[in-house]
Amino acid sequence: MLHIKCPHCGIRSQNEFSYGGDATVKRPELNKEVTDQEWDNFVYNRVSPRGKHLELWQHLSGCRQWIKVERDTATHEIFNTYKANEEIA
Amino acid sequence: MTQSYRIETGGLINRNKKISFKFNGTSYFGYEGDTLASALLANGVHLVGRSFKYHRPRGFFGAGVDEPYAVVQLYRNGETEPNIKATEQELFEGLEASSVNCWPSVNFDIGAINNFLKIFLPAGFYYKTFMWPKSFWYKIYEPFIRKAAGLGVASTKHDKERYEHKYEYCDLLIAGSGPSGLASAYSAAKNGAKVILAEDKPRYGGSLLTSDVNIGNQSGKDWADGIISELKEMPNVTVKNRSQVFGYYDHNMLVMSEKVSDHLPKTKKYHPNKRLWYIRAKEVLISSGSIERPIVFGNNDTPGVMLSSAAKEYLKVYGVLVGKKPLVFTNNDSGYETAIEFKKHGVEPIVLDSRSNPQSEIIDEAKNLGINIKNSYVVVAAQGYKKVKSADVATISEDKKTLGKIENINCDCICVSGFWTPTIHLASQSGNKTKFNEEIDAFVPGVSKQNETTLGAANGVFTLEETLKTSFEKGKELSKKITEKNNEVSIPNVVEKKYSKHDKFWCVPLPKGKSYKRFLDFQNDVAVSDVEIALKEGYRSIEHVKRYTTLGMATDQGKTSNLNGLQLVSEIENKVVPSVGHTTFRPPYTPISIGAIVGREVGKHSKPTRKSPIHNWHEEHNAVFVDAGVWLRPRYYKRGNETLFEASKREAKNVRTNVGVCDVTTLGKIDVKGPDAAEFLNRIYTNAWLKLPVGKARYGVMLREDGIVMDDGTTTRISENHYHMTTTTAQAANVLSHLEYYLQLVWPELNVNVVSTTEQWAGAAIAGPKSRDLLQKLFPKTDVSNEGLPFMGYVEGELFGVKARIFRISFSGELAYEVNVESDNGRFMWEKIIELGEEFQIQPYGTEALSTLRIEMGHVAGSELDGRTIPYDNALEGLLSKKKDFIGKRSLQRSAFVAEDRQRIVGVIPLDKRTSIPEGSHLVKDANAPLPNKKLGHISASCWSVEHDNPFSLAILKDGKNMIGEKLFVMSPLKNKVIPVEIVSSHYVDPKGERVRS
Ligand SMILES: [Zn+2]
Repeated sequence: MLHIKCPHCGIRSQNEFSYGGDATVKRPELNKEVTDQEWDNFVYNRVSPRGKHLELWQHLSGCRQWIKVERDTATHEIFNTYKANEEIA
Repeated sequence: MTQSYRIETGGLINRNKKISFKFNGTSYFGYEGDTLASALLANGVHLVGRSFKYHRPRGFFGAGVDEPYAVVQLYRNGETEPNIKATEQELFEGLEASSVNCWPSVNFDIGAINNFLKIFLPAGFYYKTFMWPKSFWYKIYEPFIRKAAGLGVASTKHDKERYEHKYEYCDLLIAGSGPSGLASAYSAAKNGAKVILAEDKPRYGGSLLTSDVNIGNQSGKDWADGIISELKEMPNVTVKNRSQVFGYYDHNMLVMSEKVSDHLPKTKKYHPNKRLWYIRAKEVLISSGSIERPIVFGNNDTPGVMLSSAAKEYLKVYGVLVGKKPLVFTNNDSGYETAIEFKKHGVEPIVLDSRSNPQSEIIDEAKNLGINIKNSYVVVAAQGYKKVKSADVATISEDKKTLGKIENINCDCICVSGFWTPTIHLASQSGNKTKFNEEIDAFVPGVSKQNETTLGAANGVFTLEETLKTSFEKGKELSKKITEKNNEVSIPNVVEKKYSKHDKFWCVPLPKGKSYKRFLDFQNDVAVSDVEIALKEGYRSIEHVKRYTTLGMATDQGKTSNLNGLQLVSEIENKVVPSVGHTTFRPPYTPISIGAIVGREVGKHSKPTRKSPIHNWHEEHNAVFVDAGVWLRPRYYKRGNETLFEASKREAKNVRTNVGVCDVTTLGKIDVKGPDAAEFLNRIYTNAWLKLPVGKARYGVMLREDGIVMDDGTTTRISENHYHMTTTTAQAANVLSHLEYYLQLVWPELNVNVVSTTEQWAGAAIAGPKSRDLLQKLFPKTDVSNEGLPFMGYVEGELFGVKARIFRISFSGELAYEVNVESDNGRFMWEKIIELGEEFQIQPYGTEALSTLRIEMGHVAGSELDGRTIPYDNALEGLLSKKKDFIGKRSLQRSAFVAEDRQRIVGVIPLDKRTSIPEGSHLVKDANAPLPNKKLGHISASCWSVEHDNPFSLAILKDGKNMIGEKLFVMSPLKNKVIPVEIVSSHYVDPKGERVRS
């Protein structure tokens, strides 16, 4: 079970969180023309990297904030966690 | 029965307390502190089971967790448990156990015929032998294997025992209470660290319980006892025996199984049987010791052949002789310790040492005691079927290839020592890259991945002095990192004997003309010849060899067999062991009961049960409840002998003719507040929300980004910046997360807050033509006329002093209202509605009638919004705004979603107007078409229409728009039904929707 540092609450067990997928995907702006390919990429197409991955988690049974977690998908090492709108260097 | 193998004095058992027990129906006795194994051995019982494949007689091989043979079925307090190691099971009064793998009995076993047919059961026998002819599998092979194999039978009864889970945090978790565990725990604890010390056995001390050493002027055992009692007194230390750390998971989380009650005749009241500890440790110290490995020779599975260290443990801990004419067969000095113990108790051992001229302190001691030692000697084969009677022995050449003349020595047990294998399972599970240590011919931990350190024998360090020194230092060093303290403890002096080098010899060659089975894996009956066959057949990877031969796959997970298997593969393949590599170690280290893993999450405890504040009233009025997610909702209110069908029809009919009331507290409710709330709803819902006035409700549909309907419900504008959103009962939690996702991540600029208010409000739906009359009685001061409170209107009112929200919304299709009051007033509201509704013939209605009402109206619910349908499929395309963008809108342009013959909701009526249509049935054009018959759609919901008094269903049907009037067939292979049906509009009652506005 992972140990995830919620930027709002501190270190908590994985069972307080729910996984939310790739955090680098950006929703196309509303009312903007998008091609089929762009839309498909947003809705369906995801890379599945081995290694560092920025992903979304929600602290569901805690502060309910969506956070970003930089995690190694192979070793499960967590390098850093960020608030939803924190700038990521 | 007399305990003819128990020595007069000695051991750590309590001779003042006799304990009686039964094995295979025979009564015996042992002492408090015995294991089932030690008590049986004290009684001279060596035959405990049959082997898995050949059903060869099986005795005891070890004295603990590594035991491959003595697996029994245990009976305790009216329960039975399979797969119990007799070497771990502590004796308790009234214990009953029986052999497994034996049919019909341990002494006469029909499966032993396999032993004589073993030519047919070589490596890969699962894959080869029983594959042909195919028709034999179900009728002949499978039942036979089932009857003759297995490691016991799981109980089919409900498990009455209680299992607990516990979460714990500590600075240092130390697995194993041998010398390294004790020393590191002591120095870390003295340095202020929060320590958990876990020992899987009942007694602390590990090897100190059986080794002849002194630590600081005390015996090793006395020193261990002293340290343990001091640790137990310290507030920062938790010491746990009977507790096996069996799994090492991510981020330094370890799981430990504590056997709380297994050693007792019966679990104490309010105590668990087992407790599973989830421990998050800053640092982990693995002091799990080592396990002696066997030397492979002919018939080395005969009862009476056992590990030399086990023989010593039975003698020193339990005062039990495993034999009276012991032969010790060793390639290192450990065997001499066992021989010396025998000698001290008046038993004459013979030592066979594979080395030609070993010299060391302990060998000198054995010589001085007059022990018969034969150098360059090996056991070629054990003789005897159900028990060792003698051993064929021979000299062996220096290169270990040539045997001398075979002699026969009388003996009743053979104690084998092939040197020591560090227990590296936990380190390996943590991701440690293990490495092969040529010095000891075994793998040891290498580079750590997590915060884990392995100490002592588990790290391949076999001298006590070095073990204690490094362990004291490590305990200090690691605790200092955490506590930043610097308390020093002095390292005691150690007196131990010096050992000479072991012999890199592990397998006795077969003498010419002999074909003895030489076993590697004792539990799974894997012999040297099986691995040879696997390699001949082309299996190369050690993982493949393992699976093909089942080497190391049994419940003991190859604790005694893995390294010898690797040695064999490396020898045949002409590779060094490290390049063969070991198979992956996975948790659990030793079998863990399913009950312990499940813990308290069984039955009604597996999820919370949510009840509305009106629940007790429903109970008092004969409600029959149904699970709706985690909620309990009344399904119907039973009158007399009514069936579900009769009651729901009565309740639904009464709504259509008079008035009914339904508890709708379970509906999800979310408060949406803030200056941008309208804009937010406008983006989330498919329809327009910017112009909804205060005091009005609107029905809305929200989509996922892929265009699939996520949920529906009404949202009401309570005040300028305050909206009250409702969701379906099932989707409430998902919808809240969905809203939070967009507010926090996508549109953080919107000034909106959302919060669940589901539990703050109790809700009652009042529906039927007389509902307005009743509402007026409930709220005499409020104008509830069609003008004062029109359809989709909202007012606040006062219900006999209680503040209430009144929504004019309808799910039933009738004139209807929903009244919400604060939860605590829920029952008050409900009773007032019932009381004042009496004159209007009010009846409460449950979910079954609720479904009937919505189905015949063609209102969609969860069975249509099933995660596979878009708005068009549910005839909701009128709610799709063309003017604005919303979540999921772009996906609705997908070609499949705009196809001319897209699926769509329809109504279905059986042609005979009598036959009920099973939900989930398929719609087909031709009932007699060959299989697979093309499916055109499926029945999503069915009811008995109370308006038309015949069955009516909703279906999602391909090209539903153009199918009205078509005749099709409903097919349910499950219910074995074929029903001719007609497709009609989904709006079966009041298609123009006049009643809700009346
Ligand atoms: Zn949090």
